[in-house]
Amino acid sequence: MSDHLKLYEVFVRSRRGLDHKHVGSLHADDPEQALEYARDVYTRRGEGVSLWVVAAGDITASQESDCDSFYDPLDDKPYRHAAMYDLPEGIDSL
Amino acid sequence: MTANDPLLTYCLRLGDDALILGHRLSEWTSRAPFLEEDIALTNVALDFIGRARLFYQYAAELQGGDATEDTFAYTRDVRDFTNLLICELPRGDFAFTIARQFLYDSYALLFMQQLKASQDARLAAIGAKAEKESRYHVRRGREWMLRLGGGTEESHARLQQAMDDLWGYTDEIFEVDAVAAALIAEGVAVDPAGLREEWHATVSSVLAEATLRQPSPGWAVDGGRRGIHTDDLGFLLAELQFMQRAYPGLQW
Repeated sequence: MSDHLKLYEVFVRSRRGLDHKHVGSLHADDPEQALEYARDVYTRRGEGVSLWVVAAGDITASQESDCDSFYDPLDDKPYRHAAMYDLPEGIDSL
Repeated sequence: MTANDPLLTYCLRLGDDALILGHRLSEWTSRAPFLEEDIALTNVALDFIGRARLFYQYAAELQGGDATEDTFAYTRDVRDFTNLLICELPRGDFAFTIARQFLYDSYALLFMQQLKASQDARLAAIGAKAEKESRYHVRRGREWMLRLGGGTEESHARLQQAMDDLWGYTDEIFEVDAVAAALIAEGVAVDPAGLREEWHATVSSVLAEATLRQPSPGWAVDGGRRGIHTDDLGFLLAELQFMQRAYPGLQW
């Protein structure tokens, strides 16, 4: 049976006003069933008020090999941080 | 243990339906087709066992004395149980479990919607809680009916077989005896006969959608409400009650 099942990533919003957070994944036949299993597997103890399920195959993710070109060039641009500015008088923090 | 109070008798019937069906579902724990469905089935089993507790707790108050919810679950014998026969049939294959749940849950949803309006405040509160659970059970059941009915040749054949085997047990669900009739007249109990048409419409439409043939009526059995059961209930109780029978009063 599991051969036919697709992988879904599950996101739960724990309270109104908060973001959906990734909590794990599960297998299901279609999105509707994934939503129901997410309810049964991840919200049994009142963890959430809203659920998202996303087919794992629909997520485009950065790769480990992208790290050099994606993130390293940011290391030498400290002026992008607000820490470079002098604080005006009377202001404690920005 | 015989109950002379009609309300007590009624509570035990509803509690017995929930306990016995919940136990049958719990037999799937660790044996379901895959992990997610295992958790889902166990969840539904717990819904039913929780429902049984609410009915038995109320029954214990009505009975008074030393009675507790456990008295009803663990110390009555087969003939004292008054659940519908459809609840006690062995779990069968997965298609049978889905078919039974769909037939029973479709009824339970309609039933709980009306129990919520009972003149008896306790029953009304249980109905309100159970209705939400049943709505979810029906949704799950319907989707599995469509999935198995429209799945492979084998899943279709197994589901059709299960429906044919179960159909004759559905008549009993809608029967009204003297105990129920008196409580229905007082606005305490739900009249199941009044639910039959809507139940049939729901079930027929899902059967059609799942490309299943509606079983032709031709046989029907009853007896559960009078304590007349299949052989299978005794084996179920032997397992369910073993600890309290072997070690009476055991606490853990």
